[in-house]
Amino acid sequence: MESGIFHTTYRADMALRQTPAEKVRVVLAVLLVLCFPFFADRFYLTLANQIGIAVIGAIGLNLLVGYTGQISLGQGGFMAVGAYTAGLLTAQLGVPWYGSIPLACLATAVVGGFFGIPSLRLKGLYLVIATLAAQEIILWIVTHWDAVTGGVDALVVPDPTLFGIQMNTDFRFYWVIWGLAGLTILVTVNLFRTHIGRAWIAIRDQDIAAEVMGIGLFRYKLLAFATSSFFVGLAGALIAHYRNIVTWERFTVDVSVTYLAMIIIGGLGSVAGAIFGAVFITLLPVFLNDAGQALRGVIPNIDTILPFAEQAAFGIVIILFLVLEPRGLRRIWDRIKDYFRLWPFSY
Amino acid sequence: MRRGFTHQLNSSALDPGQRQLRIEGLGLHFGELVALDDVSLEIRQGEIMAIIGPNGAGKTSLLNCISGLYRPQKGRILFTNRGEHDTTRLSPDRIARLGIARSFQNIELFRHMSVLDNLLSGCSIHMKAGLLSCMLYWGKAEREQLAFRRFVEDIVDLLEIAAVRKQTVESLAYGLQKRVELGRALAMKPALLLLDEPMAGMNSEEKEDMARFILDVNEEHGITIVLIEHDMGVIMDISDRIAVLNFGSKIAEGSPDEIRADQAVIHAYLGDE
Repeated sequence: MESGIFHTTYRADMALRQTPAEKVRVVLAVLLVLCFPFFADRFYLTLANQIGIAVIGAIGLNLLVGYTGQISLGQGGFMAVGAYTAGLLTAQLGVPWYGSIPLACLATAVVGGFFGIPSLRLKGLYLVIATLAAQEIILWIVTHWDAVTGGVDALVVPDPTLFGIQMNTDFRFYWVIWGLAGLTILVTVNLFRTHIGRAWIAIRDQDIAAEVMGIGLFRYKLLAFATSSFFVGLAGALIAHYRNIVTWERFTVDVSVTYLAMIIIGGLGSVAGAIFGAVFITLLPVFLNDAGQALRGVIPNIDTILPFAEQAAFGIVIILFLVLEPRGLRRIWDRIKDYFRLWPFSY
Repeated sequence: MRRGFTHQLNSSALDPGQRQLRIEGLGLHFGELVALDDVSLEIRQGEIMAIIGPNGAGKTSLLNCISGLYRPQKGRILFTNRGEHDTTRLSPDRIARLGIARSFQNIELFRHMSVLDNLLSGCSIHMKAGLLSCMLYWGKAEREQLAFRRFVEDIVDLLEIAAVRKQTVESLAYGLQKRVELGRALAMKPALLLLDEPMAGMNSEEKEDMARFILDVNEEHGITIVLIEHDMGVIMDISDRIAVLNFGSKIAEGSPDEIRADQAVIHAYLGDE
């Protein structure tokens, strides 16, 4: 238990983790990620990898939507750019997989920046429509540019290898995905300790005041679109190399909506929120499916209604979250932390 | 008594009394509605210039033209800070970078940020670290953040907001929010500070505090201040010169005593006898 937080240097005052409890929690989380693959079976490893990719994508989206306030429905499209760029570079041009990933990120950043240009003029719902257009344009190009992308046919990507070892087994690729997820978390958390992150939040909270403070809206909005897309592209590129196969169905507007659900449920404008949301939304269908299987003996003909019931339950859970805890899982987590900070003397 | 400040908040290189801002024949209209009509004004380094006038006289429009939020159809605005700049057609962020800061009539703080972060975001124009350095929080980015963290602490001291510095601004009382907004503008190290009704909606005690802060900023740091205010007592007390606007035109300009005796001003405020 602590009586307060006291600092004697500005460095300590600006540190990311200020109390021993915070430091212990980070160490525990890292240990969990490091130990998990040695105990988990294949099913859970696959899930963990999906979560890792979702974490990267959700942090990227939260940077744009939650922090900068530029609502985007283009997530699926930008992931497609990352996945197809990485896939094509490796499959067609023979670029090694580890080289294709950063190139795909940069390509997505450029595309994201380009589709961010309307954001200078459009706000709120109008921007949503503009990003929806970006989503549809990108997907249309992907499905119709047969000569390059292969159109609606799946793009097959060669297995990633490192020193002759095939990397995309669940166990080996886990380290690639979670290594990069860790890097993504670190980099974004750092960004929001500096003027760039503050400028983004300023634009979200009060764009006119931000401009009068000398924050160039156009520059910082484009930077937000580009940086966000960089990470979204990373998620896409990882999907390409992990799955060996890239198809356009994986990047429809449904994906954009799912990612928006992740950051809303997790907590807008929070890196931790994006992580919680990614975990929650990835695991929810699994739990719902398990619950459905458990009811197999109880309700007759459950197999015919199960897929629909799952989707409905998914929607209901999201609605419940929005009504009961609009600030998301992050807020619940904060309350738990506050409770235990003073436990057992809460008053 | 002088405070032991280690930083000058003022970024102007002019000597007191030199011309800092010149507004020439400014005209602004929204469709048929004339907001400003041929307004000319000079503001000199180091003075407190008050702009007064009845509601709808065009005071805020004038400030908005100076800070670039409105584009006047006629006239020019010339600002001197390391050379003379024609700011009439510049974007607000360019004007801010030249050294003009402002506060707003209705508080426009970044309301989800802490007081410290609001102040630090005022320093944005002085932070030069690149994206990569910021992502790693290493080298220039870290040095810069620590240096400005120390710098804003002086503003915290000046405005007496030490007790609330870690709180989110939306949780603060109105008077404190007004102070934070002043602090955020000061964090830009401005050469010219525009204050739009800094005391609106305050009780007399809070007004007194705010007046003291404004005088501190002006006298100890030599920052030129242009302020809009409705409280005549405060205006007459703290300003060096006063300009009076009515229906978008400047009807008088001079020292508080001259304005008090001016027939056109009395007419505008009180009407015919």
